[in-house]
Amino acid sequence: MSETKFVGTPKKVTTHVNQNEDLIFEKSAAGKKAYRLAELDVPAVDAAALLGDVARADLGVMPELSEIEIIRHFTRLSTWNYAIDLGMYPLGSCTMKYNPRVNELVSRLEGIAEAHPYQPESLSQGVLSIMKLLSDCLVEITGMDTITLQPAAGAHGEFTGILLARAYHEAQGNPRKKVLIPDSAHGTNPATAAVCGYQVANLKSNAQGMVDIAELERMVDEDTAALMLTNPSTIGVFESEIHKIADILHAKGALLYMDGANMNALVGKTRPGDFGVDVMHLNLHKTFSTPHGGGGPGSGPVACKKILEPFLPKPVVVTRPDGLLSLDYDRPQSIGRVRMFYGNFGMFVRALAYILANGPDGLRQTTEDAVLNANYIRAKLEDTFELQFKTRSLHEVVFSDKRQAKSGVKTGDMGKRLIDYGFHAYTVSFPMVVQGAMMIEPTESESREELDLLIDALKQIAQEAEENPELVKTAPHTTRLRRLDETAAARKPGLRWKPVPNGTADPSALTPDSAAKEW
Amino acid sequence: MSYPADFKYTKEHEWISVDGAKGTVGITDYAQSSLGDIVFVDLPKVGDKVKAGEIFGSVESVKAVSDLYSPATGTVTEVNEELKDAPEKVNADANATWMIKVDLENAGELDSLLSAADYEKFIAEETGH
Repeated sequence: MSETKFVGTPKKVTTHVNQNEDLIFEKSAAGKKAYRLAELDVPAVDAAALLGDVARADLGVMPELSEIEIIRHFTRLSTWNYAIDLGMYPLGSCTMKYNPRVNELVSRLEGIAEAHPYQPESLSQGVLSIMKLLSDCLVEITGMDTITLQPAAGAHGEFTGILLARAYHEAQGNPRKKVLIPDSAHGTNPATAAVCGYQVANLKSNAQGMVDIAELERMVDEDTAALMLTNPSTIGVFESEIHKIADILHAKGALLYMDGANMNALVGKTRPGDFGVDVMHLNLHKTFSTPHGGGGPGSGPVACKKILEPFLPKPVVVTRPDGLLSLDYDRPQSIGRVRMFYGNFGMFVRALAYILANGPDGLRQTTEDAVLNANYIRAKLEDTFELQFKTRSLHEVVFSDKRQAKSGVKTGDMGKRLIDYGFHAYTVSFPMVVQGAMMIEPTESESREELDLLIDALKQIAQEAEENPELVKTAPHTTRLRRLDETAAARKPGLRWKPVPNGTADPSALTPDSAAKEW
Repeated sequence: MSYPADFKYTKEHEWISVDGAKGTVGITDYAQSSLGDIVFVDLPKVGDKVKAGEIFGSVESVKAVSDLYSPATGTVTEVNEELKDAPEKVNADANATWMIKVDLENAGELDSLLSAADYEKFIAEETGH
């Protein structure tokens, strides 16, 4: 279609009914509404008389639409989503596993769904026992002594965990100065340490991608508050000298913090509490199958050893002498609340449902299947993509774009091309210890058939990178919008829609019109 | 990529150019190229102390945030304010785009930094090319 013949956005397109979707504000027309109220049968209140100047006459740009327009708008948008219920989500380090329907069923049971946080304790024994039982299960799974369920997500759990470490050191008379962080760590680790007032000291990995023991020994001193370690690491490798690492830290009075992001490789097999970890967080939205991303919300319980218990956020669930459960607020050394009420309770219900539905053997099987799936992908693709670290993989595998980069095709290009094959991209350019990283974590949820589809797609993309690199470098080709300008989005972010006065549109703004032209 | 012979280099990919007791610091061409499009540069304030081998700021690209390590110890005398609004200058010409100027405490410590030739050898080893 030539530019001059383009007469405007077609109101209906044939390829996809959702091709052109205005913002809800742009669909608004004055006077439309999605409600009809019965006639007023009480005296009308004169708002202006009561409120004076602050009574609001102008509704601003609140959208005015009919009910079916609202329903269609959001239903259409919902079909633009890629979700775990549509296909595989091979994002490494994210553990995008299936969210079992039984979790949803249980969390919607009336007594649970309608519980109120201000209900008296005597009427809350059921929900408290859910928190208690989940706590007990997680303590057993991690091998730790105690736990708080309050933190709202992984990074929030890290923050809580390092605050506990800080409170512990302060109680010993010296908060200490620095936190050690391996170069393979999640970016949230150094951010956490900095927010908690610590200097970040970067710990270099050895040639196997693991903690360099000699370097660790050199760096740990009386100023070291903790090491924040992900185990298995972000390249999916178990730190085989974890005991030695813990001993080196403990000898100087430092603590071992474990980022539990990769706990899906350990559940039922080994316990952080047994290999020297002092404090760790879990991601219920990763390991324990609660929804991840988008809707969420997340949940990041923090488990710790006895020495850190006095500092746990309050309240904590305790069993009273009469056998009833209670919330204990009388904790003078507590770091305080880190979240309103008791955390994201709906996730506790789902995680507990998952744990109980699987049982110990089921959870162990889950771990084995997750590791098997990752190693299946590794075995099928290691001739196609470069594997920098040859150490045995656990639940995820990190390839690199080294071979494809020779024809100018980078990890990000192949990730975008994967979208054309109906998959979400893998994790791109992380961890940083692998140049051009392609990080894939299938989880136990995927069948061999689905894994084969992913493997075929990636092999096809590698072949395209060799024979027709432009095809990959300009991907995706099948989406509503093509390659977006990520740099411009970061340098000049447009974070807010603004009404256009007198109907004159900003010609540079990306509108459904320009998107349609692109298409 | 080019690495001026009159600069000194760190293994963390910063360069320093020295004029008497004054040093000018930026990141190398290799650094900007591996980072990709830089979208934000976080620098210290004039008067701040920087220490050799320690973090003095960070650069954010579309891929990641990376720390900046000071090649020398001293006091910041000038900060390149242009980079606030135009971080892309670092991508356009890393050798000509300085980040901070420093009053050097001990010009002697620069002897331990890499020469242009050694730096090139170092990145060749690091990238395996």
